[in-house]
Amino acid sequence: MFERAQAILIKEFKQVLRDPRMKTVIFISPLIQIIIFGYAANKDIDFIPTAIYDKDNTMESRGLIRDFTYSKYFIPKRYIYTDIEQNNLLDKGLTNVVLHIDRGFARDLNAGKDAEVQMALDGSDSNTAMIVLNYANTIMSNYQQVLIDKQRDSLGEMSSGAQVDLRDRAWFNENLISRNYYLPGVIASIVTIMSLLLTAMAIVREKEIGTMEQLIVSPLKPLELIFGKLLPFAVIAVIQASLITTLGVLWFHIPLRGNIILLLIATCTYLFTTLGAGLFISTISATQQEAMMSVFLFYMPTFLLSGFAYPIANMPQVIQWFTFLNPMRYFLVIIRGIFLKGVGIEVLWPQFIPLLSIGFVVIILSALRFKKRIA
Amino acid sequence: MSPDTNKGIAVKVKDLEKKFGDFTAVNHINFEVKQGEIFGFLGPNGAGKSTTIRMLCGIYTPTSGSGTVAGYDIIKEQYKIKEHIGYMSQKFSLYDDLTVEENIDFYSRIYNVPKNEMAQRREETIKLAELEDFRRALTGTLSGGWKQRLALGCAIIHHPSIIFLDEPTSGVDPITRANFWSIIKQMASQGKTIFVTTHYMDEAENCNRMVMIYHGTMIAMGSPEEMKTEIMKNEILEIIVPGAEHYLDEISQLSPIKETALFGVNIHAVVYEANKASEALKDFFAKKGITGYSVNKIKASLEDVFVSLIENYDAEHKGK
Repeated sequence: MFERAQAILIKEFKQVLRDPRMKTVIFISPLIQIIIFGYAANKDIDFIPTAIYDKDNTMESRGLIRDFTYSKYFIPKRYIYTDIEQNNLLDKGLTNVVLHIDRGFARDLNAGKDAEVQMALDGSDSNTAMIVLNYANTIMSNYQQVLIDKQRDSLGEMSSGAQVDLRDRAWFNENLISRNYYLPGVIASIVTIMSLLLTAMAIVREKEIGTMEQLIVSPLKPLELIFGKLLPFAVIAVIQASLITTLGVLWFHIPLRGNIILLLIATCTYLFTTLGAGLFISTISATQQEAMMSVFLFYMPTFLLSGFAYPIANMPQVIQWFTFLNPMRYFLVIIRGIFLKGVGIEVLWPQFIPLLSIGFVVIILSALRFKKRIA
Repeated sequence: MSPDTNKGIAVKVKDLEKKFGDFTAVNHINFEVKQGEIFGFLGPNGAGKSTTIRMLCGIYTPTSGSGTVAGYDIIKEQYKIKEHIGYMSQKFSLYDDLTVEENIDFYSRIYNVPKNEMAQRREETIKLAELEDFRRALTGTLSGGWKQRLALGCAIIHHPSIIFLDEPTSGVDPITRANFWSIIKQMASQGKTIFVTTHYMDEAENCNRMVMIYHGTMIAMGSPEEMKTEIMKNEILEIIVPGAEHYLDEISQLSPIKETALFGVNIHAVVYEANKASEALKDFFAKKGITGYSVNKIKASLEDVFVSLIENYDAEHKGK
């Protein structure tokens, strides 16, 4: 019996590795994703090109500018001297931020009046603008604090009561580097799309070229066919996951604090669902195009409602309930837990149980449907 | 040995029916195929040929009726049947991205060919397909005739006693077709049963016996000779006359003439009775003052038989 499943398995590997397009998809697409999420899709904003418009030109104004430019967030790109220039720069998108200090800044400050600083932002990218504004506020309040302390010192005053000093500290990803958060998720995303696509396409292709019919009239049993069809793609998915992990750890310095074996087990557990879903899609698609469409129909909600990019906690309650059916949700918690927190099964078992249950249900139902369809 | 093969019956179906929803693809058909026979299953596209063959091979389960293949029940013992049959469809089910040898070895494994025989079967198949010089060529690069023979070789790699061929010659050139039929005849001479569907009537002459099927219904069964003599109720006259096309319509109006058709420059007339029709034609040409003509009774071809049977069927089922 194993002989026949093995024949399918060997054939699948040969076909995949012989097809140059397939090879590209399998090995290059994880690389592209990891590079995109490693470099480009970065929510951290630093080195913001800033234009400086200092009308005051005093010791105080230069002090403030120094505070801005010493932070790694803002780099002075140019110094400007007129309002027209300011508008021009923002219109043309040559700079995102203009730090505008009006004449009289130092005078007001020293007179104990409210001194105003203007920050002109390109708000067309509201996300970035918000983050930039946050950085600026932090810098401003530090500046203010230093100023107040100085004044108190010079006046010989005692501190006027306790001040609350909030200091954030993010655990597990101390510097809140977004790639640390995204790259483990890329494993989930690649494993999902690849195992779905390869499985569904490999089966539907045989239907299209007519070899499926030939296999059905052979003594090959449906279970052998399923096994021979799914195992190669499970192996390929695991290889891809390893590729991403290796690159992520060695090149992007993603912390891998937990057990690598547990990571492997989690990936295999997750594969039950995606391979099962791929099998299911093959039973509802007559052509490879149909299969491709179905794969994306399945993949999009899985991805969007997984917590990969958008926090589940921010979703409407009803949608949140739906996410409990989403296997990727659990898988993401597990991989991030293993990578960033270094936690083990003692913490992650509540994620493993639903992941495994969904996997079993999906693969058994799909296998039954597949059996019924071909027999 | 299963019970029926002892008696020399390879395939037997009784009241076999297959419905897809409201559509009846195969309508209560009955026939028997003897061991070692080349059995033709003839009909136009959509007549129910492939559906029948699929029921026999265990791909479809019949809606009603029963049958055996190699002595095994087509409903309960589909798996047993699969071990004893070879099946080749018009799609030549090969993997284009595998080499010739890889395709052969793949099917060897799928069909449980013992490991120590695999090399020998591979050579056998390569010889059959005449692919000695292309063992390591990708199958996708082969031309139609080679693919066809390789597909056949792969379909019979496990030495089945019954071979089902579903329109095996569609889409290949006439020489390749002739070649293919000589292989089929050779296999039959070795005692293999060949069950072949086709809509090429000239090919059907190669069969020992055949069934004609139309709209899922069997309309005739017999040897090619029986088809042309006993089953063909009408006779055929060949009328040779200059400018035949001008007389076609008028001749078809004559009462002893059932219908006429132009075959090249001559007229083929399907008639109820040859002598009566010849008389009528003599009168007709006399009236016209034409002398340079001849009327001969000719033997019906399978195509004539088939066309005439279909027309009878359509006439009977008109208005239904």
